[in-house]
Amino acid sequence: MFNFKEFFKGIKAGLPVCAGYFSVSFGFGSMAVAQGLSILHSILISATNLTSAGQFAGLTVIVSGATVLELILTQLIINSRYSLMSVALGQKFGQKVGFWKRIICAFFNTDELFAIGMSRKEPLSPTFFVGAGVISWVGWTSGTALGAIAGSALPLDIRASLSVMLYGMFIAIVVPEVKKGKAMLVNMLLALIFSCLFAWVPGLNQISSGLVIVICTVAAAAICAILFPVKQEVA
Amino acid sequence: MNIYLLIAIMALTTYLIRAIPLTLLKKPIKSQFINSFLHYVPVACLTAMTFPAILYATDNIISGVLGLLVGILIACFNNNLVLVAISSCLTVFLSEQVIGLLIG
Repeated sequence: MFNFKEFFKGIKAGLPVCAGYFSVSFGFGSMAVAQGLSILHSILISATNLTSAGQFAGLTVIVSGATVLELILTQLIINSRYSLMSVALGQKFGQKVGFWKRIICAFFNTDELFAIGMSRKEPLSPTFFVGAGVISWVGWTSGTALGAIAGSALPLDIRASLSVMLYGMFIAIVVPEVKKGKAMLVNMLLALIFSCLFAWVPGLNQISSGLVIVICTVAAAAICAILFPVKQEVA
Repeated sequence: MNIYLLIAIMALTTYLIRAIPLTLLKKPIKSQFINSFLHYVPVACLTAMTFPAILYATDNIISGVLGLLVGILIACFNNNLVLVAISSCLTVFLSEQVIGLLIG
């Protein structure tokens, strides 16, 4: 039997995420059409992927005409954090939650929804999680649709400033993390230095952008994992 | 390559990263290196994606720099995603208008 009450509790918990996703994906939609994707394709990417950084990197890889292997590699590295989050989420669900419910919940395991799921004081039910997920998906997909439509209609200068929206969101995620401690600061600086090298050093700047993100991420995170190992914890 | 196929591959890769550990891995990951590595991935990845790309996302490199600085400044005091994103965005828009007037 479907527990509507639990589902609506999930929707309620997901509303702030929905609003946040809407504005960010508006930026994604307008950026995607600016880079030559059709409105339909932009919406399709958001509806099937539901991930911010992965989609933006994927967009870059697709429009640059890179190989499928590069597309997969980029997604694997950028979204690798979800695997860790999925393990933690699986434990929060507990043994009773079966295979079919898990493969539905997996689709909605984003950074923000994971945070909502893990912070729930009552036992976390898949119904609650999917409720929060569905409303967030609506925000993400409709924001993309509106952004894509507006992006193809708005004047060029407004479109250019909208593309910064996404970077603004990344800044908002990175800055509070970096403030937490030295290790994260070093991690950020390493990624920054590598990224600049690949952008400005002749020869290195010939490497395609998707691959550059992968190399910078792996290098910075691996160096920090060796220098500053994190004590064992659940997520 | 067909765009629908590319989107499908992208979606499937992202989905499997989420689904495989949720369905198959019932025990926590033990390796301290892998746990630490995954702990550092988001910040490293977002940093590499943002800089220096933000400088070239706008019509003028100066507006890109201003957008970045305002974003960092606001994020130091308030980590609301939407607020930071919109402030960056507005800064870029306004500074490009000013630069446009100055250059003529």
